[in-house]
Amino acid sequence: MARTFREAAIAGIGHTEFSKKSGRSELTLAAECSKAALDDAGIHPSEVDGMITFTLDGSDEIHLARCLGVKDLAYTTRIPGGGAAAVATVYQAMALVNAGLCETVLIWRAMNERSQYRFGQPHTLESAFQPGNGTGSLLWCMPFGAQTPATWESLAAQRYMQTYGVTNEDFGRVSVVQRKHAATNPHAWFYGKPITLEEHQQSKWIVEPVLRLLDCCQESDGGVALVVTSLERARDLKQKPVKITGACQSIPYNVEVISNYYHADLATMPEAEGTAKRLYRQTGLGPNDIQAAMLYDAFTPQVLKQLEAFGFCKRGEAKDFVRDGHIEVGGRLPVNTNGGLIGEAYIHGMNNIVEAVRQVRGTAVNQVKRAHNVLVSSGMAGAILSHA
Amino acid sequence: MAPGFRESPVTAEFSSRKPMNQPTHPASAAPTRLPPVATLDIKFFWDACDREELVAERCGECHKFRFPPRPMCPHCHSLKREHVKLSGRGKVYSWIRPQHPMPVGFAQPPVVALIELDEGFRLVSNLEGVAFEDVRPGMAVEVGFAPTMKNRKVPVFRPVQGA
Repeated sequence: MARTFREAAIAGIGHTEFSKKSGRSELTLAAECSKAALDDAGIHPSEVDGMITFTLDGSDEIHLARCLGVKDLAYTTRIPGGGAAAVATVYQAMALVNAGLCETVLIWRAMNERSQYRFGQPHTLESAFQPGNGTGSLLWCMPFGAQTPATWESLAAQRYMQTYGVTNEDFGRVSVVQRKHAATNPHAWFYGKPITLEEHQQSKWIVEPVLRLLDCCQESDGGVALVVTSLERARDLKQKPVKITGACQSIPYNVEVISNYYHADLATMPEAEGTAKRLYRQTGLGPNDIQAAMLYDAFTPQVLKQLEAFGFCKRGEAKDFVRDGHIEVGGRLPVNTNGGLIGEAYIHGMNNIVEAVRQVRGTAVNQVKRAHNVLVSSGMAGAILSHA
Repeated sequence: MAPGFRESPVTAEFSSRKPMNQPTHPASAAPTRLPPVATLDIKFFWDACDREELVAERCGECHKFRFPPRPMCPHCHSLKREHVKLSGRGKVYSWIRPQHPMPVGFAQPPVVALIELDEGFRLVSNLEGVAFEDVRPGMAVEVGFAPTMKNRKVPVFRPVQGA
């Protein structure tokens, strides 16, 4: 393989059903979604030569490669940072293809995160805080009753609320829009189940005064896979190629995942601002060039903060941007058109990337007109996917 | 015993391989708050808490504070560390009350807060002696110590009297 720069593209997407009880192993889910993504691309599974997942993934590379009959694996890696890893998988796959090191990179994430273990319940195992997961400062939270992702998120989000006068009702509007999108998506767990703002406001507190039940993503079972190859090769494959126009990561000094309490101003999101700056510089594009965005939505406040960080509105103004209807299909910037992690499923952010691919292909159920460039962000990493 | 502490033992310890569930034993006086996990680089902090002292790490060369503690100074890269006693005073930066699920070790939802210490860095802790509804941003607080399982102590904060 010549070591010359090559543009990269997403050639295949695949996923299992999204459920609360898959009834099979995580490795089974990983194999199924990987095969589906390779079939979607029209690439034989034996041809995979790169494999990328999260440090937190429960399936072993070698076991999955054995399932698929991968004949000669050139590269494997795992990305730390919990859900922040989601778009960083695409970033690394792009870099491998750009550098001519791999021809067919398989990205997967498969989890029985409802039936086998639950991210939403207290994390009291020391093994959850080992180096490599990007969450070392959680140890400083545990004795004080901050033991769940919702609690960790809320300590920073409450400062955002204080600083900009944001209310839980403002967060609720994000949830209402995403459940509206999910309601028309047959893959979504909440298909056919929209909510009203009143229902949001009546749902129980998870963490006062920040998050109600309907501000939180689901816990889901399922698997999602992507296949990344060169743009040139993707043009000859089964699907319309989706070019990775740019992708990057940003972890500024004193920033970490979730227990992110040590940087200067917790009402801002320096990692997403850093990602935006680097991504726009890399691609020569800006907020006005983007027609839809899939923003990591483990919790509703993250959507508001990312809208601001990526420059779709000014700091503190995302609540107004949402209230004015801009994040709905038909609005200025439709967001999480699959329903997101709140409405579709929580496969650690990866299902939102699948939705971005569908939007660019023009095959989304809630299709955005002229979706030429679609942003996908997981806070610490971002990518712009485009028509080729 | 300070308010908010559950007065019954739990069935598993923090280092257990099994996820912990809510305590099921009948009431007793033993603290149920989870103990700190003291890795080698932060052991000094928790050892000082056992003596009811709030300390922090500074660079032994350029004397800048750093938190979380770490072996190397990010400013001058010296490996020399010094551990100094703090004023124990700070201000409320943000605060929340986890309602569901009930945090392990608590019978009532605690007020969890980020405290901005007078020495210029933040610490996750609890607010006690003040109703959740009465907490205000920038409220002046001072440190106290609460017992945990395994006979350890952690810093918690209360409003400064007359502040």
